[in-house]
Amino acid sequence: MSTHPESQKTGVSVIGSVAELLAHSLAIETEAAERYACLADQMEVHNNPEVAKLFRKMAEIEAMHIDHVHQLSAGVELPHIPPWEYQWQDPESPEAPHDGDAHYLMTPYHAIELALRSEQRAADFFAAVAGSQTTEEVREMATRLAEEEREHVRLLEQWLARLPRPDEDWDEDLDPPNLPD
Amino acid sequence: MKPAESQTPLTFRDYASALKPVWCPGCGDFSVLSAITKALAELALRPEEIALVSGIGCAARIPAYVNAYGFHGVHGRALPLATGLKIARPELTVLVTGGDGDGFSIGGNHFLHACRRNVDLTYIVMDNQVYGMTKGQASPTTEPDWERGKLTPGGPQINPFQPLVIALASGANFIARASSSDPNGAARLLVEAIRHPGFSFVQVLSPCVTYRPEQRHWKKLVRPAPVEATDEPARAARRLLTDDSFNIGVLYRGHRKPYQLAMGSAGDNLTLIEEEFST
Repeated sequence: MSTHPESQKTGVSVIGSVAELLAHSLAIETEAAERYACLADQMEVHNNPEVAKLFRKMAEIEAMHIDHVHQLSAGVELPHIPPWEYQWQDPESPEAPHDGDAHYLMTPYHAIELALRSEQRAADFFAAVAGSQTTEEVREMATRLAEEEREHVRLLEQWLARLPRPDEDWDEDLDPPNLPD
Repeated sequence: MKPAESQTPLTFRDYASALKPVWCPGCGDFSVLSAITKALAELALRPEEIALVSGIGCAARIPAYVNAYGFHGVHGRALPLATGLKIARPELTVLVTGGDGDGFSIGGNHFLHACRRNVDLTYIVMDNQVYGMTKGQASPTTEPDWERGKLTPGGPQINPFQPLVIALASGANFIARASSSDPNGAARLLVEAIRHPGFSFVQVLSPCVTYRPEQRHWKKLVRPAPVEATDEPARAARRLLTDDSFNIGVLYRGHRKPYQLAMGSAGDNLTLIEEEFST
């Protein structure tokens, strides 16, 4: 059940067809790709090229996932679902990093951590669908999508393990762009 | 603006312009921009059917980031400009975007009369209770005890402006509150606001992560409004006066007839417009 005011849902069990599930999957990957591209733009604007490059890479990966969902959807007519009627728990699409978690001084470690959390949310969402009261076909497809997301989680965990942890004062800026008057 | 090349359905991505927003990473306005593009896609409006008008401020940059007609005007004057545009071009869907300082201080008087005139506009105010673009001064909606503004040591010490109450008292025909922490929910409210005839006012709680970082916690405070929207002004007034500013949803739906010219179009008779507005 959603706990957010504008996304009150009756639970993921209302996903009753593979077409509906694939429509959710397509929206999840599209929102993620858009959000990563937006974060890359933000980091470029704020002169954080290392993290910008990383977010751009994530956007490219998500674009490949969009292609993958299109392949899975071949021959299936996907329903149009208004954005506020998607059946995920969070007010935001599960795989999209939250806008509010970005910081202009964030490090590659933070960026991958952000991506890891997002992939985990997506895996949780599909796992919840797979465990819900729905058709066998939906459960099978949801199980497959959940496993794909778990694979992404494992890859990101490996990536994160190779990155240095940020210093305690990573967000300290001795020459901040926005000093209060 | 990039006109739509065909009549194929547009997605929210088609409403994003080529410009990259310069807001601080983490700013709530990114989500509001997303909500606006999603709402426009749901309404299936073509870019050439939409105009966004703004004044000055961080939030007022939105017209530049949307693929539609846009006018980035002067501080506080977005509403009269949008009013003129809608009267002259009634076929356009006109959205007005801005922040709390632009809308309730510099443009405060225009806000009252835009509500009163009830022209068919949708006014989206990204409220972060601070002047962000000018580096963190108290705004009309800042709490009396907010002490971090250097111009107001000890806090403003005056009661904050109550935009929803004022909108109701002034005659706004639709009043809602959204949160940037839920862009999809905000999109739903914007769709309803745009569809509702007359002047629609949507306050969006949109944190300023630079000067009001504590507002990141707003997402944990917002909740659905406990009751359905009413169409009775007296009942709405009671609710809004006792509201703690974190109830999200449609709070008032009125039935006033939107303002429109009695005859002819704006281009036909400027004197007629002046007479209409003076009554």
